[in-house]
Amino acid sequence: MRPILMKGHERPLTFLKYNRDGDLLFSCAKDHTPTVWFADNGERLGTYRGHNGAVWTCDVSRDSMRLVTGSADQTVKLWNVQTGTQLYTFTFGSPARSVEFAIGDKLAVITTDPFMELTSAIHVKRIAKDPIEQTEESMLVIKGPQGRINRAVWGPLNRTIISAGEDAVIRIWDSETGKLLRESDKESGHKKTITSLTKSADGSHFLTGSLDKSARLWDTRTLTLIKTYGTERPVNAVAMSPLLNHVVLGGGQDASAVTTTDHRAGKFEAKFYDKILQEEIGGVKGHFGPINALAFNPDGKSFSSGGEDGYVRLHHFDPDYFNIKI
Amino acid sequence: MAAEVMLMNEIEATAAQMGIDLNIDFSSIQLPPGENCGIISDDEDVYHDDQLELDSGFGNVIVVDNLPVVPREKFEKLEGVIRKIYGQIGMIKEDGLWMPVDPETKKTLGYCFIEYNTPQEAELAKEKTHGYKLDRAHIFAVNMFDDFDKYMKVPDEWAPPEIKPYTPGENLQKWLADEKARDQFVIRAGTDTEVLWNDARQSKTELVYKRAYWTESFVQWSPMGTYLATVHRQGAAVWGGANTFNRLMRYAHPQVKLIDFSPGEKYLVTYSSHEPSNPRDANRVVINIFDVRTGKVMRDFKGSADEFAIGGAGGVAGVSWPVFRWGGGKEDKYFAKLGKNMISVYETDTFSLIDKKSLKVENVVDFSWSPTDPIIALFVPELGGGNQPARVSLVQIPGKEELRQKNLFSISDCKMYWQSNGEYLAVKADRYTKTKKSTYTGFELFRIKERDIPIEVLELDNKNDKIIAFAWEPKGHRFAVIHGDNPRPDISFYSMRSTHNLGRVSKLATLKGKQANALFWSPGGRFIVLAGLKGFNGQLEFFNVDELETMATAEHFMATDVEWDPTGRYVATSVTSVHEMENGFNIWSFNGKLLYRILKDHFFQFLWRPRPPSFLTPEKEEEIAKNLKKYSKKYEAEDQDVSMLLSEQDREKRRMLKEEWERWVGEWRRAHEEEQLERQMLRDGEASDEEEEYEAKEVEVEEVLDVSEEVISFEE
Repeated sequence: MRPILMKGHERPLTFLKYNRDGDLLFSCAKDHTPTVWFADNGERLGTYRGHNGAVWTCDVSRDSMRLVTGSADQTVKLWNVQTGTQLYTFTFGSPARSVEFAIGDKLAVITTDPFMELTSAIHVKRIAKDPIEQTEESMLVIKGPQGRINRAVWGPLNRTIISAGEDAVIRIWDSETGKLLRESDKESGHKKTITSLTKSADGSHFLTGSLDKSARLWDTRTLTLIKTYGTERPVNAVAMSPLLNHVVLGGGQDASAVTTTDHRAGKFEAKFYDKILQEEIGGVKGHFGPINALAFNPDGKSFSSGGEDGYVRLHHFDPDYFNIKI
Repeated sequence: MAAEVMLMNEIEATAAQMGIDLNIDFSSIQLPPGENCGIISDDEDVYHDDQLELDSGFGNVIVVDNLPVVPREKFEKLEGVIRKIYGQIGMIKEDGLWMPVDPETKKTLGYCFIEYNTPQEAELAKEKTHGYKLDRAHIFAVNMFDDFDKYMKVPDEWAPPEIKPYTPGENLQKWLADEKARDQFVIRAGTDTEVLWNDARQSKTELVYKRAYWTESFVQWSPMGTYLATVHRQGAAVWGGANTFNRLMRYAHPQVKLIDFSPGEKYLVTYSSHEPSNPRDANRVVINIFDVRTGKVMRDFKGSADEFAIGGAGGVAGVSWPVFRWGGGKEDKYFAKLGKNMISVYETDTFSLIDKKSLKVENVVDFSWSPTDPIIALFVPELGGGNQPARVSLVQIPGKEELRQKNLFSISDCKMYWQSNGEYLAVKADRYTKTKKSTYTGFELFRIKERDIPIEVLELDNKNDKIIAFAWEPKGHRFAVIHGDNPRPDISFYSMRSTHNLGRVSKLATLKGKQANALFWSPGGRFIVLAGLKGFNGQLEFFNVDELETMATAEHFMATDVEWDPTGRYVATSVTSVHEMENGFNIWSFNGKLLYRILKDHFFQFLWRPRPPSFLTPEKEEEIAKNLKKYSKKYEAEDQDVSMLLSEQDREKRRMLKEEWERWVGEWRRAHEEEQLERQMLRDGEASDEEEEYEAKEVEVEEVLDVSEEVISFEE
């Protein structure tokens, strides 16, 4: 089907997130204003005003009541999804790069960038049921990895935290003690900055995308490498279909080099691969800048991509897609 | 010394006390890979020798003998004379002139030492002044200082040369006998150089030989594919062998920049250019011609870059490469160099000029050999403001008689294109229009093999069209031209024959508005790739000239190079590291089907291994072409077997992967279910875990039962 072009952001997209029911799509961009859209027809439902910097990331609670956003203005904000009102603001000394609610939505993991004399860190915050009781204090702060931590997510049963970032190493931490449990193998691991990380629907495996022009699939428990998907462009965003064994990689050449070459040189397509066979299935063109964000609808029947060009493209799959045989 | 000995004794004593065996078995020591602990391997002995020569530090010193013997009073005068002579040639070092004096007679000894800044200058001085007549009695004898050592070591008694027992060499052409009739190619990417088989049937490559840092700048096949040449700081080397690549020979030539094989692979020409010590001087050029098999220098040429830079633009630092162009087909009998007002033609029997003199041609600016016959085509531009016309002439070697000449008027530029069998010569002549403000192009077509060499003039339909590319069909009678000023030029095909008259050129077709700027004929003729490189971003059109139809159009985005394999079955297109992205190569079938693609970062070179010419007679080749069906049956059956096997293997592999995955997922599901309760707890007992198995799904099924079409007519 023709993709729905969602024009609402004025700056490059940074992150996309569907709610659990798959009827809402939350988008973050460098233009300070996270936006929520109807995931079916791409109509804009509302915005969340209050950040004073690029918004890097967001997550939505399981009951679709709470939204959490992380921004370069060094704050993480909790929002009421329905009304768009700010419920609470966590302040940090450096930009917040990623946030994720834990199972049960009682905890959130937040990563902050290295900034001035501060090093990068992973923070665990308790999220109170009633925003009035919300406090600033962190349950746990993990420091150690060099450079930016681009993504941190919860492992099974909230017992671990998985992080990845600029140093190209994936780490699994104990979420109680902050102890480092596992590190990805240097040989089989990524060679350059890991830009994105996404978990499978059941949390059994996760996919990482890296500027080394590859995406890799890992076992969440053992951190063993399962699959590698090679591509010819740096990977900025990855997504996994919850329905079929497909993975989607998005990326493209560095934004600063885009204007100097032909648009086809940039490789701004979203590329589909068979998750098991590691073979390329097809591509979806459209963006005229690198793809920064990808998300699959939880029903697996549509996906959306957000680009450096400031657009979100919402793609509903044609019936043929579900019968691809290779 | 004593202290050291003591020390050693002490060590030994302590060792004995502690029961350590100091007798080390050297062969048992394993060095870590890539580490030589400062011990140079035997393999590098030759290079090491070269190094020694430079290290001695006397490479830039010459000894001048046969000087007049003068008393003290005249010493300074003589020194002045010597300084004058030798200072012209190069920079003599400060205190670089030393004339020893006999302490008894206080007279000079009749010789002196001169030290230059560079060995090149010393060599030049030796060459220029050896035999210089100061006066009747004093004829200089000049030698390199280093040579004395060499001559001193010559044994007084002659010893018969050792005769080595004959060892049969490897079959250097074994790759031609490949069972699957595949071709090889070499690629260079990053630091690795690899030789690979093109296994097109299985759409992949197969490694023959791989080596990191095999060459320091580039690699090159010899024209018949026997050798692969690599270039190093110390010189060039050739590699080959039956199943792998061994070093067959080395050619010492410090700082070699360019190499060139003779067409018959007998000789290798190497070139280097050296910075002069005096920045006002031109670079010093050294060219060596080696015998490929023995490694012996057959002839060397030294001089300033100016002497080698005449005619032909481009090349490296003003030198148009190859400086020496080989002529006369595969026999490697002649080679020639363009000089000022002359062409110097050498023969390889003696490595000297034919008839001991060059071919005098006033103002000659370009020449080229026929690919098969000892004929030189040369071009002389207009002289005297148009009073003397430009001309193209064909000269027979070694007789040096002119076979044919054509005068051309108001010429601005001229290029010569030989057909690969030497049957035709096309001369592309750019002429000024009457106003002299612009130029237009015409072709002069020579039929070399016909009596009296008839010439025909060809002008394009629109003679103002700019010519973008020209190419002869290999071994054929057709040629293709890209012409036009539009962003999308036209491509025309011509034949040297017309339907009724064999002696007339005729146009076959013009293709309008193509995105192409380069032509690549199949080595077997008939097929051509019309390529749009650079500005056209790698458009490719595979065209059949017999049927005049396009077989396929394709694109290899950003492609920089196109090369046919030597059999004309496959085409390789590559993106080399001039671009940052997309580096790698594609292999296509002759009719434009993409067989496989390989991506490699920092991709520098792709070269098919050439094949020597076929041993089959033209009659036999014709017979095979006629009964192709009969011969091809065997290969078709093989092809089918391979593709069956391949799909079988593929299916098997996929099945395995799927099974493996299922197993893994199954294991995980069990763990996941075990944790279900805990997860519920985390969610305050909310039962609806994401075990969506229980979720009711609404499924809409639409089925088309019948489609009927009715034509309803309206009445006005």
